[in-house]
Amino acid sequence: MKNSEKLRIPQSALSFLRSVAGAAGGLAIGLMICTIAGESPGKVLTVLVNSSFGSGYDFGMTLFYTSYFILTGLAVAIPFKSGLFNIGGEGQLTIGALAAAWAGVAGAGIESHALAILFATLAAFIAGGIWGAIPGYLKARRGSHEVITTIMMNFIAAGVTSYFTLYALKDPDSSQAETIPLSTVFQLKPFAVFNGAPMGGLIIALAVMTCVLHLVLRNSVWGYRLKATGENETAASTFGIAAPASWLSSMFVAGGIAGLTGLVEVLGNSHRFKIGFSSDYGFVGIAVALVARGNILGILPSAFLFGVLQKGAGSLDLETDKVTRDLTYIIQGLIILGVASDGIWDWFSSIWRKRNA
Amino acid sequence: MTGLALLVLPVQMALAQVRVGLVLERSGKDDKSFNASAYQGLKRAEKELGVTTKTVEAPDNAAYESLQRAFAEKKFDLIVAVGFHQLESIKKNAARFPNQKFLLVDEDAKAPNVRSVMFEEHEGSYLVGALAAMHAPGGKVGFIGGMDVPLIRRFETGYAAGAKKMNSKAQVLSNYLGVTGEAWNNPPKAKELALDQFNRGAEVIFVAAGNSGVGVFDAAAERKKLAIGVDSNQNWLKPGFILTSMLKRVDEAVFDSVKLFKEGKFTTGLIRYGVKTKGVDYSLDEHNARLVTDRDKKQLEQLRADIVKGKIKVPDYYLIQKK
Repeated sequence: MKNSEKLRIPQSALSFLRSVAGAAGGLAIGLMICTIAGESPGKVLTVLVNSSFGSGYDFGMTLFYTSYFILTGLAVAIPFKSGLFNIGGEGQLTIGALAAAWAGVAGAGIESHALAILFATLAAFIAGGIWGAIPGYLKARRGSHEVITTIMMNFIAAGVTSYFTLYALKDPDSSQAETIPLSTVFQLKPFAVFNGAPMGGLIIALAVMTCVLHLVLRNSVWGYRLKATGENETAASTFGIAAPASWLSSMFVAGGIAGLTGLVEVLGNSHRFKIGFSSDYGFVGIAVALVARGNILGILPSAFLFGVLQKGAGSLDLETDKVTRDLTYIIQGLIILGVASDGIWDWFSSIWRKRNA
Repeated sequence: MTGLALLVLPVQMALAQVRVGLVLERSGKDDKSFNASAYQGLKRAEKELGVTTKTVEAPDNAAYESLQRAFAEKKFDLIVAVGFHQLESIKKNAARFPNQKFLLVDEDAKAPNVRSVMFEEHEGSYLVGALAAMHAPGGKVGFIGGMDVPLIRRFETGYAAGAKKMNSKAQVLSNYLGVTGEAWNNPPKAKELALDQFNRGAEVIFVAAGNSGVGVFDAAAERKKLAIGVDSNQNWLKPGFILTSMLKRVDEAVFDSVKLFKEGKFTTGLIRYGVKTKGVDYSLDEHNARLVTDRDKKQLEQLRADIVKGKIKVPDYYLIQKK
């Protein structure tokens, strides 16, 4: 007992350390697999590091991917506080991105850059939010399981966005499935240091937003209500905290945040909506939130890690002869396993205690 | 010193191999279709022309630009980008590396250092549509598309026009698989749609739906009817039940371009591969030799000649859409 008092580490820091160690363990096993594939782990690691930090452009691309994962990671982590598992991030982000593209068409008369961005942001947030709120409402009102409804909503979102992209908002000058391009007023400027990578001040805004969300969820009444519902819905309602309100609001905010992907993709990158722009970023968000252990601030490093791996996937294919992009998916999986295998640490600590008893 | 350098330089140039980098779409080199064809073309170039190649498969749509750029920074001689998704990124990189040569397949980059290759899918579809009508005495033929996008519509309109040319009363039943990328990879659903079309009286079904096509071939074998494959020669997948395949010779386009590059005859600008150059074509091999008769072939060759001469104008969905 004395021992543990001396070594008192705050619970959150301990949890963070466990995550880092788990991720490192997963990465190490992944690199060992490279050896089996016939490539030296040192080389794979060098390629991964170079592809993410090698130049301004590379770093900009890594942050570009990171920004997707911050948003989709938050979209999973926030409802998780209220006890919901949102796997509808993919649908929410496509609807949000479509709404951003729509804003560019509907707001064609807007001349102020700030106003244009605000309009598109609101459109993306509200559209994504509504898409998230529908399963939230069904859960609150009918008790429909959110895992089923959110995944259904993904398919509906794909249908809706296809319709708008191919008919209502179709770019008549293009033979591809994409919407009318945005005017320059709606476009986000990238940083020049990133030398062509489509990322600018948005990444800072997203980091700030994550910190604010962390504080709000920790200190506000709303955050307390979500947590109370998530911990024990019956106990919460005994104290007058209505679970349905928590579910609805957390799903609305989560959907809205996923919808902000429209800023990254439509305003920042393609300047239009293209069918199939997302490589399942909504689903990767689940992994991002898992590795962050549902901690809101933890989403930032976790998203960055996935950004590095996503950027590295193509580079590994290019720079090595034997390893392909698939290896990074293996590494991703191992990292998730490493972080998720909580039990190992309790096992370690029980051995430690026995030895010191 | 200068003299020595001048002497050494040509020798080095001769020794230095031509290096070709290939950037494939997300579906990758095992898609049994478009990307696979490009990959085969490049492998053939490696074997027959002795060029060095490197192939990468993009993990996501944003990676096209980084991968092309990485090839350019590594000073590859020719960078090949496959698929219309790469249009925007090729445009950006062509401007960033004005001395770099690129080949773009399936779209027109309109850049001075890019050779763009496009296929006249409607012409090839017209020929297989005509062939379908010849094998459908009842006058009903089917079309099954992957995703409802303009490119696949282009197949459909050409196919319908070809069928109507042979039989003015021909009726085309048409279905699309879906609205997500899953549409290219859903054989069970394709099979259901095909069975339904056969129930409604279709005798031949043309499928342009990537990997989903095998479902249609299964349905054809089950009902003892006919199907038509797409992109690469798929006749071998269900011999006797696949009337022909509408070929899109991506492999030829890639091989030809690399060959021209090696010989110093590489040109940029838009190159169209139509029925004239057999860049789009119908396939004939031992698997469908008994299905396609000499009379059929004669008629098809007549149609091809008429298209080349301009006597037949095949409707092009891209142009119809713009009106």
